[in-house]
Amino acid sequence: MEGHVLGNLFAAALIGLASLVAWRGRRSAFWSERIAEIVRRRPIATIVVALYLGVALLDSVAWRDAQPGEVSVEARSLLDRVFPSDFRERSYSAPLASVEFYGGQPLAHPGRHLLGTDILGRDVLHLALGGARVALLIGGLTSLIAIPLAIALGLAAGYFGGRVDDLVFLLLSTLASMPSILLLVALIMVIGRGPIQVCLALAVTSWVSFCRVVRGETLKLRELDYVQAARALGVSELRIVWRHVLPNLSHLVVITFVLTFSQLVLSEAILSWLGVGIDGSWGQMIDQARDELARDPIIAWNLAAASTALFVLILAVNRVGDAVRDVLDPRTLRESS
Amino acid sequence: MLGYLLRRTAWGAATVLGVLLFLFALFFLYATPQDVARQALGEKAPPEAIVQWLVNHGYDKPAVWNPQHPFDTRLAEHFRRMLLFDFGRSDADDVPIAQRLRDGVGPSLSVTVPLLALGLPLALSLALLVAFFRETYIDRAGVVLCVLAMSVSVLVYILGGQFLLGKLLRWFPISGFDPDPSVLLRFLALPVLVGLFAHVGADVRFYRAVFLEESGRDYVRTARAKGAGDARVMARHVLPNALIPVLTNVVVEIPFLFTGSILLESFFGIPGLGSITVDAIHSNDFATLRVMVYLGALLFIAGQILTDVAYTIVDPRVRLG
Amino acid sequence: MSEPLLRVEGLVTTFPGARGARLPVVDRVDVAIARGEAVALVGESGCGKSMTALSIVGLVPKPGRIDAGCIRMAGRELRGLPVTALRRVRGAEIAMIFQEPATSLNPVQTVGAQVVEAITLHESVARGAARRRALGLFEQVGIPDPPARFVAYPHQLSGGLKQRVMIAIALAARPQLLIADEPTTALDVTIQAQILELLRGLARETGTAILLITHDLGVVNEIADRVAVMYAGRIVEEGTRAAVLGAPRHPYTQGLLRSMPARAAPGERLAEIPGVVPAPDMWPSGCRFADRCVLVMDMCRAREPERTSFGANAAARCHAVVAEASR
Repeated sequence: MEGHVLGNLFAAALIGLASLVAWRGRRSAFWSERIAEIVRRRPIATIVVALYLGVALLDSVAWRDAQPGEVSVEARSLLDRVFPSDFRERSYSAPLASVEFYGGQPLAHPGRHLLGTDILGRDVLHLALGGARVALLIGGLTSLIAIPLAIALGLAAGYFGGRVDDLVFLLLSTLASMPSILLLVALIMVIGRGPIQVCLALAVTSWVSFCRVVRGETLKLRELDYVQAARALGVSELRIVWRHVLPNLSHLVVITFVLTFSQLVLSEAILSWLGVGIDGSWGQMIDQARDELARDPIIAWNLAAASTALFVLILAVNRVGDAVRDVLDPRTLRESS
Repeated sequence: MLGYLLRRTAWGAATVLGVLLFLFALFFLYATPQDVARQALGEKAPPEAIVQWLVNHGYDKPAVWNPQHPFDTRLAEHFRRMLLFDFGRSDADDVPIAQRLRDGVGPSLSVTVPLLALGLPLALSLALLVAFFRETYIDRAGVVLCVLAMSVSVLVYILGGQFLLGKLLRWFPISGFDPDPSVLLRFLALPVLVGLFAHVGADVRFYRAVFLEESGRDYVRTARAKGAGDARVMARHVLPNALIPVLTNVVVEIPFLFTGSILLESFFGIPGLGSITVDAIHSNDFATLRVMVYLGALLFIAGQILTDVAYTIVDPRVRLG
Repeated sequence: MSEPLLRVEGLVTTFPGARGARLPVVDRVDVAIARGEAVALVGESGCGKSMTALSIVGLVPKPGRIDAGCIRMAGRELRGLPVTALRRVRGAEIAMIFQEPATSLNPVQTVGAQVVEAITLHESVARGAARRRALGLFEQVGIPDPPARFVAYPHQLSGGLKQRVMIAIALAARPQLLIADEPTTALDVTIQAQILELLRGLARETGTAILLITHDLGVVNEIADRVAVMYAGRIVEEGTRAAVLGAPRHPYTQGLLRSMPARAAPGERLAEIPGVVPAPDMWPSGCRFADRCVLVMDMCRAREPERTSFGANAAARCHAVVAEASR
């Protein structure tokens, strides 16, 4: 399947999922109160995250312009279409410049590159905005793989105990003891360097700590009175897990997702620097800009744009994440009741 | 207590075996040795050269089961050699890996030890300061600064530090390493400084949380009711109790002092174990990469056991249980 | 009557509620304790009695704060004292022991060191002398084998021993008033009696006044000279022990006494006060006990009752009692 079709599907699935969650959530006072509280505490950060989400979605919906007689045209996303179709120069140019950085040749689009162009002449603003989709892909897809895996194994280990617990715990210890960067690189070198493989590798290294938390919570929940009562009434184990244990983990899922999001994106940046990241990410931009600061005169706009875009998103997610944890943490839930 | 430590060690051993199994599955079953050979020798290498290379590097044996000699398999070989620390040669340039490791430990330590020795007191003092003034502007500003500092990628700290202090202000050389003590400090200054900046945010946040949690405990209330002042409460009551989780946090790090920081070493040209790892990545040197992951896991498990020991020494509740 | 040792008047301690409002958990409370006297402050959980005690020594946890009232100790106003002066009062003039001895002692310090600290904070004594005094205190509070226990850590001692250590800490600097916040609630019943006897004996020996905070009327009977009953932040009845426990006037006190298991005949259903204590943000205008009161009248919901004295030994805050008395 072609890349852009996958992207369209993903965007559609995301919007569908979000609408479903919002519709179901509206009926639950618990969640709508909590979300309102989170937004109240961190209004700016929430808006920033929403903006990044919007840009990422814009960049996910793409299609080809069917041209009669053309052999292969690149698919262009909604974001791409904001910019003119042939927006490239030949090489570096400073922000808002009208001539090339080296040599002074006139540009094809003088004064139109708000953040300049990179070594291949691509518009830096366009690249920086495009990184949003990659960042959200990293956080989203990785969590989509890691969280269900962690829940499944953590639940099994905590609820059934015994041999199952020992096995899962051994698996967790094994994975946790290997330094994550090394493990990431080793995995990517072996399974391949595409975006899905990178997300898979990130999932393998990031599910462990959440799985431990799920296991711990399940152990606690298993001993709760109403779970024991359900068991005494003869309710099947699966049903107990589904109806009584799982819903109590939902707040943990949200907290974990938000808090590990920034770690994942920052990890990808390091992977990019090591040469095994995802194309189009801010990490890759930073990696490519590595020796630009050593030039004379320095070229700073490439690095500045990527770092700032990365920093602002991570900061916003961290801020929202703190609010999410404060609002959803069961300890604070207990104190306020 | 001895029984507990023995159990932990046994569990650690089981984990090590699990790691070796995982590494075997990843490197030998998923990726074929032919690919590795071809990468080392080049695409155009003749088949005989590839076969010879495979024999030299022990890749020619059957993977898991050999009907004639049950233990003459790659699996058994892998386990035996790793457990005996017989690391063989690099896939990329045939240099003995063990020798590389020996050469690299010194430079790695020269960066990581100062980082720990300076970073820990720095983070602790800042966290103590912020916790002392909790709920005032100092505290709030401190927390915001920490979150800001944590949100910047390490890469940016490195590039920024190199640019600002190396190129612009010319205080330190941008990179390089020279074991000669008279100039060593100048080469270490920048990586250590950058490392400090990169970690201080997260560390201060964590230590602050620990201090605040201890400050809210009942025995602190008792101390105040006795008439103790804030400073005394912090120093004599909160700090000793808070040091327990802090200490366990630090002891876990000790083994990693030896492996060095991948990013700092490669950016600043320090020829330590981190650089070796990066070189292995760039040259697809699976043999070295395997060893580095294995050592990392060993050191991590050693750190866990060390932490348990430290706990029993420091916490009277565990020691005299 | 001579000036009481501790006089609290109109104390109001508030905590933040929804939308920035401040809710009083201690609402215009008056307490007076004479030298050497033992006063019990009784009430259910959440009535504000612990917060009253914490307010006296200035240890109200943030975000709570004292909004009004005066707290006079030996004639000196404590509210508004600079922190350094207040620290000298704590321990040396007013000491406090808490409910949970297990968590109220520093787990990484020997109990001996903690008692010594209580001494050296207020007096410049040599280490050796302080240690000797601490050992003497251990004996006084009935800890067997003091030298061995001196170097023990809190987790090595039983609950009862830990509470004895707390009492030793409290008495170390020879305070004039000891505030005991539910000192026996977390202990076994048999140990409870011992600790109470200890407190009573020590108080008599040293002439220390006691303010005992408790929800247990049985405990009150053991120790108190005078009793004050709190409900929803206000004192609803006070008087001598004989008056309050023997002939209670306020319907709440009567309900409390009736509901004591000891007073029920075997096989009989336990009496209870219907309803629950209202939270500070749900306090009705008028008498706060009205919804649960058997003697409730229309006036009760309209206006809060005032404090009415019945001789020197008793006082109550209730419209029904006043109505009854004026007949």
